[in-house]
Amino acid sequence: MLFPDLVKLTSSSFLSSRMRSFLTGLGIAIGIAAVILLTSIGEGLHQFMLAEFSQFGTNIISVQPGKTQVQGGNVGIFGSVRQVTLEDADALRRLPYVEYVIPGIAGNAEVRYEGRTRRTMVLGEGRDFSKAFTMKVQSGSFWTDADNEQARAQAVIGSKIQQELYAGENPLGSYLRIGGQRYRVVGVMESKGQILGMDMDDTVFIPAARAMELFNRPGLMEVNVSYRADVPADTVIGIIKERMIERHGREDFTIISQEQALEVLSSVLNILTFAVGALGGISLLVGAVGILTIMTMAVTERTSEIGLLRALGSQRRQVMILFLGEAMLLSALGGFAGLALGVGISQGLHLLFPALPVHTPWLYAVLAELTAISIGLAAGVAPAMRAARLDPVEALHAE
Amino acid sequence: MIELNQVSRSFTVGDQQVAALRGIDLSIAAGDYVSIMGPSGSGKSTLLNLIGLLDRPSSGTYKLDGGNVTALDDVQQARVRSEKIGFVFQSFHLVPRLTAAMNIELPMILAGVDPAERKERVAKLVENYGLKDRADHRPDQLSGGQRQRVAIARATSMNPAVLLADEPTGNLDQTTGKEVMALLEQLVERKVALVLVTHDPVLGGRAHRQIHMVDGEIVSENKATGVS
Repeated sequence: MLFPDLVKLTSSSFLSSRMRSFLTGLGIAIGIAAVILLTSIGEGLHQFMLAEFSQFGTNIISVQPGKTQVQGGNVGIFGSVRQVTLEDADALRRLPYVEYVIPGIAGNAEVRYEGRTRRTMVLGEGRDFSKAFTMKVQSGSFWTDADNEQARAQAVIGSKIQQELYAGENPLGSYLRIGGQRYRVVGVMESKGQILGMDMDDTVFIPAARAMELFNRPGLMEVNVSYRADVPADTVIGIIKERMIERHGREDFTIISQEQALEVLSSVLNILTFAVGALGGISLLVGAVGILTIMTMAVTERTSEIGLLRALGSQRRQVMILFLGEAMLLSALGGFAGLALGVGISQGLHLLFPALPVHTPWLYAVLAELTAISIGLAAGVAPAMRAARLDPVEALHAE
Repeated sequence: MIELNQVSRSFTVGDQQVAALRGIDLSIAAGDYVSIMGPSGSGKSTLLNLIGLLDRPSSGTYKLDGGNVTALDDVQQARVRSEKIGFVFQSFHLVPRLTAAMNIELPMILAGVDPAERKERVAKLVENYGLKDRADHRPDQLSGGQRQRVAIARATSMNPAVLLADEPTGNLDQTTGKEVMALLEQLVERKVALVLVTHDPVLGGRAHRQIHMVDGEIVSENKATGVS
């Protein structure tokens, strides 16, 4: 039998009972649509989370004081932790592949301008802050003083601070009191919105050395190192670790690379997507039962036709292929309908609720379609084998 | 061409063996017109199924064109059925969702005949059997006589050597029955061996060779000379 004839014969039985075929296909379609919809939302969430975490840039490595580890016994004098200092940051700046080094320290302080005060987050950073992180300065610029004790009292303010304290007035060149000290405003950040619950606009940036003084802290909270994008994170981590051990005598610091953190997060989110996909898969199973039912009925109804086919010279295998083909056609068409339905609903949801991140992973779509066809195949095997095994004489006389 | 040698067929009913055919010896040549008659349960349909390779003898040998076909496996038997044997049934056995033309084409589709050649052969058969304006109709839109004509066209589409007809006029009125018989008898002139199973003595009497069966055995064979 030639392939076009197979298609013609199977589709003729498909078309002869349209309503039944439609309902059976619908079972598969709903299953596929559920898989597509759930994985679309899962994948959308995945991408949303990754974007949220990586919006500062991905090739950043952070060095923090202290080593996270568990060990027994008294560590004695060696247990004390050396601070990560501005000198450490300077040393890292001279390493290969390193582009920018930003010493960082955070705290809270009262900010005051012409009688208006606001308690806000104060970040002590380096002058290359806006270059290393993807945060833009809207007007003015970051200070240009080196990241050391010589840095003058200059500040860059977040858009919300400008709004609240300056009420639309141009803040550039004005003097702002931060924790009682006078700072000259040199720049205003572009609005960034909230990031994981932290309002990045309600922030004041000042030189790290000044912030250490302000918060009366002997060391930095972290040093962020941005490196060239074409170099693997592990290489840079190795170099940083080596230099830091050289300076501190032992590993009393922790290195966290954004890339590794994202990898872990991504794999967790992948499992989430897979899990919701599997949940949708349960409805596919129900669709498979529908196909099994309808094919079993078809074999019973068309028993005498099977006898005829055998009398006309068809082999058992041909009879089986005809029934399998029918089951596969049902599930494949149902699968395509489900694909359209799933993509349609998820895009519709996205239009209705733009905040809901939706992304249809095409790999899942293809997998879903393949699953639909294999489900048709699996559900069709038993009835098709039964059809093929029928005794032709008995089948011919069945009514 | 067909040679049955001591062919028996028994069925197991419950824990009992029931013999449907006992030691049948029969040979049929190309162009023979044979009718098999007998009461129901005499084994005539079983014999027809055996000749048509739908059933296997319990013992004995069946040679078709000199080859022992009882020894063939399912796949080979299917091929022999496809190439050498045509069936016509009492209840027509047309596929209800296919058009008359598609029904005629079916054996060639199953055999994988080239589409262009198929189309040509179907056109000829439709013409020969007077179905030209009914070719695109489904079986339920055809009369009984037209349905049986489609069935005969289908049975002959692979140019079989043997045509097996089981009560081909059983569901037809007398006039159409005669027309159908005339069509089948035309085939005999084209050297097709026609084997007709019937319990109607008038119909069976038209055959050149008339075989009577009782209880799974051939009890007599008459040879007639005149065909209507």
